[in-house]
Amino acid sequence: MPIPTDCKYTKEHEWIQVQGNSGTVGITDHAQESLGDIVFVELPAVGTDLTAGKSFGTVESVKAVSELYAPASGKVVAINEALNQTPESINKDAQAAWMIKIELSNPAELNGLLTAAQYEAYIAEEK
Amino acid sequence: MSDKYIKKATRHVNQNEDLIFERSSPGKKGYRLPPLDVPEVDYKQALGQAARADLGNMPEVSEMEIIRHFTRLSTWNYAIDLGMYPLGSCTMKYNARVNEVVARLQGLAEAHPWQPEKVSQGALRIMKILADCLLDITGMDAITLQPAAGAHGEMTGIMLIHALLKSKGNPRKKILIPDSAHGTNPATAAICGYAVENLKSNAQGMVDINALASQMNEDVAGLMLTNPNTLGIFEQEIHKIAAILHDKGGLLYMDGANMNALVGKTRPGDFGVDVMHLNLHKTFSTPHGGGGPGSGPVACKKALEPFLPKPVVMSKPDGTVGLDYDRPQSVGRVRMFFGNFGMHVRALAYIMANGPDGLRQTTEDAVLNANYIRKKLDGTYELPYKSASMHEVVFSDHLQSEKGVKTGDVAKRLIDYGFHPYTVSFPLVVHGALMIEPTESESLDELDLFIDAMQSIAREVNEDPELVKTAPHSTRVSRLDETAAARKPVLRWKP
Repeated sequence: MPIPTDCKYTKEHEWIQVQGNSGTVGITDHAQESLGDIVFVELPAVGTDLTAGKSFGTVESVKAVSELYAPASGKVVAINEALNQTPESINKDAQAAWMIKIELSNPAELNGLLTAAQYEAYIAEEK
Repeated sequence: MSDKYIKKATRHVNQNEDLIFERSSPGKKGYRLPPLDVPEVDYKQALGQAARADLGNMPEVSEMEIIRHFTRLSTWNYAIDLGMYPLGSCTMKYNARVNEVVARLQGLAEAHPWQPEKVSQGALRIMKILADCLLDITGMDAITLQPAAGAHGEMTGIMLIHALLKSKGNPRKKILIPDSAHGTNPATAAICGYAVENLKSNAQGMVDINALASQMNEDVAGLMLTNPNTLGIFEQEIHKIAAILHDKGGLLYMDGANMNALVGKTRPGDFGVDVMHLNLHKTFSTPHGGGGPGSGPVACKKALEPFLPKPVVMSKPDGTVGLDYDRPQSVGRVRMFFGNFGMHVRALAYIMANGPDGLRQTTEDAVLNANYIRKKLDGTYELPYKSASMHEVVFSDHLQSEKGVKTGDVAKRLIDYGFHPYTVSFPLVVHGALMIEPTESESLDELDLFIDAMQSIAREVNEDPELVKTAPHSTRVSRLDETAAARKPVLRWKP
């Protein structure tokens, strides 16, 4: 699956799509593939303040429980409630199954994230 | 299917068994009471609202039916007494029968924790001698036998670190944990109120000394390190690791889960460890799994001793053994009474049956067995880290994944060969890990049987990958849908 170029990526395999001052966050296709069948997602409450690089929730697959890391700092303005009932939608299309939307408090942090090309090179190296 | 060519270590005896509720028929009993020889009491009056008219759905079966039912269920279990249990990181060694004989001696099995000290001297001496043996083995200064399991020991150990640092004015904020650690380590640090900071391993699978030096500062309370680590690799620069921590006032916690690779060869107390736990249910042959119960004594250096849970077992001037409750700086109790005493008895029986040379031999045999498997299977399965193995070896499913077969599939197929699976997908630093720990208990014949099975499965992966991907085939139920079970669990017998 090609890596969308309209997003930025973390080394912990989250994507963030930015529109104006708001960012939508999920995990990458590579992440869902290495996790295997996802069975549970734990997301923060709306209103929570996130710090870039810190954990904002967990994703549980049949294999392991993994932390989710915030690609950027900001306040959570929405969470994807549908993931409670259908966590498998992340396996089906990780790019469509967004997890949270945040209001960015420091958009300059985005410069430190990976571009699609850099992320592609990074996961190739990891393999 | 090629099952008939399989040389099986064990077979599954019973394929099916109803639930006990389905065996029930009204009026059946497994007991007969003698005639009432005391005045009858009106229980409804005595119990008031607590009296129940309807006992719900209680199964009614005869004594023989209930014995058969549970005996049949027991045949669905796999146990170390049936065959090899190569579950890496778990140390499923043989639990010698002599341990059980000793633990069942009437004076020990029926001792009451509230008996006065003077009539508990035997039990107290067992705890004192065990404590002294464990201190000798670890090279530490003081110990508590209270914690009931490994993770409980971790929590106690980190509480000691917190208490010591707090007494000096600042408990600090962070605990460093290598990426190869047991999952319980970060959980422990978090429960004790510390932030967890991940420490990356180097290409040899060991702690990266430079990364540690750059991450260590006055905010770090300590490092939780498993040695040998979960890749089965000994941290050769452990003395430097300890020095980096101590220079900045931090403490070194050792997760002693893999102590079975060190007993009689080297001592954590001598290589800079400040506090550690032992798993009596791993290293010292008390039962592991099936409820154990476990036992996770915590040993520490002098500086941490005042904070140990109380009471502490001590020798008194008159030659008797007693319990010391007068410990104002203690973190308090972590377990009722004195911990899982029955496990103390078994562990001491194991230590005394082996003696110092026997324990050393045990360590050598455990390492030899793991390295024999490593040598025989290297090439058949990929070995991601080339550093020397100690008591366990970690392969990856890299070669098999080309055929779409993952570590979990190989593990399920191993069931068809009569073995318990190895540890799957852990440690997380290895993608598709197969973690194998034979322990010292297995003979050369049994190891060869296991190696044959693993080689045979690797051949099956090449010739008929579907056979492996749909395994097991010889069990009561075949491959379960683990994903559906996790996403939509059915938790009731009848809807």
